Amino acid sequence: MSEKLKLDNRSTSIVKDAASHMAEVVVGEEMLINMGPQHPSTHGVLNKVLKTDGEIISEVFPQIGYLHRGLEKIAEKLNYHQFMPYTDRIDYLAAMNCNLAYAMAIEKLAAIEVPKRAEYIRVIMAELNRIATHLVFMGTMGLETGAWTPIVYGFREREEILDLFEMTCGQRLTYNYMRIGGVSDDLPNGFVDKARKFCDVLEKKLVEYNNLLSYNQIFIDRMAKVGVLPADLAVDYGVTGPALRGSGVKWDLRKNEPYSVYPELEFDIPVGKGELGKVGDAWDRYMVRMREIEQSIRIVRQALDKLPAGDVRAKVGRIFKPAQGEVYVRAENPRGELGFYVVSDGSANPYRLKIRTGSFNNLSAVPPISKGMMISDFVITLGSFDVVLPEIDR
Amino acid sequence: MLKEYIDAIKSFAEQNLPVINVPVELWYIVWLFIFGGIVLGGMMLFAGLAAYAERRVAGFLQSRLGPNRVGPQGLLQFMADGIKLVMKEDLIPTAADKILFRLAPYVLFIGTLGIFAALPFSKYVGITNLNLGLLYILAISSLVVIGIIMAGWSSGNKWSLLGGMRSAAQIISYEIPIGICFLTIIMMAGTMNMNTITELQAGSIINWLVFRYPPLTMVLFLIYFIASMAEVNRTPFDIPEAESEIVGGYHTEYSGMRFAFFYMGEYGNMFAVSAIASILFLGGWQSPLPFFILNALFGDYAVLTAIEGFGWFLAKSLALVFLMMWLRWTLPRYRVDQLMTLCWKVLLPISLACMLIIGVWMMI
Repeated sequence: MSEKLKLDNRSTSIVKDAASHMAEVVVGEEMLINMGPQHPSTHGVLNKVLKTDGEIISEVFPQIGYLHRGLEKIAEKLNYHQFMPYTDRIDYLAAMNCNLAYAMAIEKLAAIEVPKRAEYIRVIMAELNRIATHLVFMGTMGLETGAWTPIVYGFREREEILDLFEMTCGQRLTYNYMRIGGVSDDLPNGFVDKARKFCDVLEKKLVEYNNLLSYNQIFIDRMAKVGVLPADLAVDYGVTGPALRGSGVKWDLRKNEPYSVYPELEFDIPVGKGELGKVGDAWDRYMVRMREIEQSIRIVRQALDKLPAGDVRAKVGRIFKPAQGEVYVRAENPRGELGFYVVSDGSANPYRLKIRTGSFNNLSAVPPISKGMMISDFVITLGSFDVVLPEIDR
Repeated sequence: MLKEYIDAIKSFAEQNLPVINVPVELWYIVWLFIFGGIVLGGMMLFAGLAAYAERRVAGFLQSRLGPNRVGPQGLLQFMADGIKLVMKEDLIPTAADKILFRLAPYVLFIGTLGIFAALPFSKYVGITNLNLGLLYILAISSLVVIGIIMAGWSSGNKWSLLGGMRSAAQIISYEIPIGICFLTIIMMAGTMNMNTITELQAGSIINWLVFRYPPLTMVLFLIYFIASMAEVNRTPFDIPEAESEIVGGYHTEYSGMRFAFFYMGEYGNMFAVSAIASILFLGGWQSPLPFFILNALFGDYAVLTAIEGFGWFLAKSLALVFLMMWLRWTLPRYRVDQLMTLCWKVLLPISLACMLIIGVWMMI
């Protein structure tokens, strides 16, 4: 009996050996592929080393640092006003929002009161810029899935926003419009009408985008149930912005920690509900942004209606010295929370300035959810987080 | 068809040029070269113009202009592109398998060019009149996939390799629904000769095979059209060259004229599959107008009918090419496994069912 048992044991071990051998054979040889920096879906200089078995990814290692410019160090060498143009370059697609977050941080540090009209103008600009960057996102998401037309449509409407910005501050990408204590200049004549007209046009165009892309069956097949980011994982990794809301977490600093004049305006916070797949999939993240565009239109319209008269800039000296102390101020940017931690030692320059960006944390959540994915799905997942590289390599 | 031409030319030469006493084989060879040149030139011209048209169509669909500077309405753009591609530096990666790398574009191109040999452009215009036309087309068009795999493998680039492997899976899978569509047509027509198949659809639009067993043949036409888009790597099936996923797939490492050959192959293929669709389903060079109107208009004048037929053939094929372009600028791209699901779980069973039902219908 014991011999039989032995034999059985041996035979099962042989079977097990064979099975593990087979498993090795089936898994095959893994290869390392560099995706980026010049890869078309990296949206800038991001390198990801993929460990793959054919098309199936077993591990992802994002490698950052190709773009590092030492913004935080530069800040220590400049006075508070001089750093404003640098904030444009943190997120080049949403420069107004970055301006706003920085201005708010310094205003809190130096206890500067901002005129009401300036606050409204800031909100209008920030929301218009949010629309602009979400339009670019829609286009690039289309590109990621192989559709070429949405990006041209998205850029077509973004162009009108850039026209509005150009007539306000003369720039189309790096605006440097906001100032500590307000904005650089008042709105030009005709801005309000033009902005209203644009809101009407965009609302109609949104229907067109949804018909062309959002509810296209192939697009849904590609996006739904892909790159699912569960809410708890998102919170653990510090994911913020539309990526977090796509996972079903209703967290928006404009509502949760209201700043500027947002409490006076009515708008909703769209969250992912898993309508066509699972909560937190790529389609949810995409759709949250598309719905945010609608809400931003609402905000812009209300702000244009309520726009008060008065000054657009508080009196702030060219060189001012805030009292010793430190602040952390954050704002809801299109890519998540943008926070400025500023330490003042009482001199004209910040003693230390640390920037917390949305894309950096959002990117960190990509590797854990992309194991076992196909390369095609990985492209979609990364695209749906909408990272902008200068936010990652500051 | 070729033989008749050559015989006619030979007898003409024998009567009028008695001094030149050359063997008949030489005439064959000379004429083969001339016909080959005509087809090659025609195909290259078409590929160039199609690339130009694609960019204009894209411009139109995306509310932008497209090329409009070189020549009237940018019509000479394709020549400028051609000159640019010839002048470009010809790169071969160090890790490449040099022989296969050089050979791949030509293998692909031969596959495309070969299809044109069997296409009846009109009643009197065509290179050969093959009795096994459809079988020949199925066979020769498979060279394209070999070219793509060669290009992908020999580039020494992992992305290209993935592209080559994807195309192997994709194109070979999609040949099966296409083969079944061909089989059904052969069943209905009782021949593989494309001229005869076209002749069968004479009369008027109601005699076209696409309306023969409604709605089964219409479904088959749709299946053929979808599968042929996958065969020629057009969106939503441009997976072997998906630029956002695998950079450029099999042609990532190609530059200059070699790259142009891939593109000429693609556009040539687009025309070829559209032409086959129009021959098999839409009556080829047959006019959609009823006979008696044509007879009243033109009588039996052969040359005119030849030109008219050629026009119909081109119109039908180019309409399908335009449809492919339209779809390309509208749709996103499928994932590899979704593409396979579509082929094996949707197109194949439906086409088999259509074939079966048509077979039973024919027996009744």
